[in-house]
Amino acid sequence: MMDRTVALSIGAALLLLLTVLEMVRRRRLKEEYSLAWLATAVAIILLAGNRALLARLSTLMGIHYPPSALMVIGFGFLVLTTLHFSSLVSRLRDENKNLAQEMAILRWQVSSLTKGSSAVDRPSTRSTP
Amino acid sequence: MKADVLVIIPAFNEEASLEHVVTGVRSALPRADIAVVNDGSRDRTGTIVESLGVIGLQLPLHLGVGAAEQTGFRFASRFGYRVVVRNDGDGQHNPSEIPLLLEALEGGGADVVIGSRYREPSGYVTPLLRRMGIRCLAAVLSLVCRQRFTDPTSGFRAFNRRAIEICSRFYPEDYPEPESLVLLIRAGLKVREIPVSMNPRYGGQSSIRTIDSVSYMARVLLAIFIGLLRAAPVPPSNPDPQGRRS
Repeated sequence: MMDRTVALSIGAALLLLLTVLEMVRRRRLKEEYSLAWLATAVAIILLAGNRALLARLSTLMGIHYPPSALMVIGFGFLVLTTLHFSSLVSRLRDENKNLAQEMAILRWQVSSLTKGSSAVDRPSTRSTP
Repeated sequence: MKADVLVIIPAFNEEASLEHVVTGVRSALPRADIAVVNDGSRDRTGTIVESLGVIGLQLPLHLGVGAAEQTGFRFASRFGYRVVVRNDGDGQHNPSEIPLLLEALEGGGADVVIGSRYREPSGYVTPLLRRMGIRCLAAVLSLVCRQRFTDPTSGFRAFNRRAIEICSRFYPEDYPEPESLVLLIRAGLKVREIPVSMNPRYGGQSSIRTIDSVSYMARVLLAIFIGLLRAAPVPPSNPDPQGRRS
């Protein structure tokens, strides 16, 4: 029973590892963002492959069935990975906002330059309609 | 001569009211510059902005009202305006009352002046649920800021140089009006409310239309408490109007 669980876990984790590596190789995933996934896969492989370590950890966590401990630890890694990406998205959103704001101001400066006014450091460009 | 005062008008799909608002602001403050921030509108707002002869700040995508306003503050900070007035693009604020804000800013020793609908009976009618929500928010904010506020969702405000520097760097994105109160107070700025009368919306719809008032309030309160847990914003020691943002 245990052996099949171990084989399945290692197999799935290996598949994840290879997929991530392949995506990085094809530049579909940046190295920086692959680290969290690689850490998840490696952790699962190490724990599933080292029965003594997994047994020790599961006793430590008060879980009687070691494969459950493997699930819990894998879940923990996933939570961390998702949190990591949420924070990345927030940072991107912030940088995006700054860029858009800069762009709006620059666009205005460019259009006042092409209109030939010297308005770039003197915004009073109001042409009375 | 460069104007001292910049009126910021954030506009998202305001084709129906924008021209009316700009005309109103212009006749109230003929010497001020007007910056309309077009927040990625999908209607004709962008074209109208260009035809009005105002400073048109066209955002390439829809950022939301807080970030749109901040674009105006950035502009004001960069070009060294002394005062910023924030006026809605939907015609809800009375531009003829802007001079009241400016007077209070010059005279009252305040860094930010807010026009409040509820300071005095003004005949402005608010739907009951929203009114209760605003009351509740006002109570919480008054407690948190240790100062009485009656209309924390009012965006009819005037800011001096110190406040402009703070807002251009730290302006909240989600619920800018109530959240920025906490920000400004925590930055050590003096905020003052004065009574104004407002109009029902001239066109378009309130930005709070889809979410109901209750969930709006819950989210604002959450945002406010998180704001309280943050470090107080520190104004830059050496404002550099033409310099790039750090």
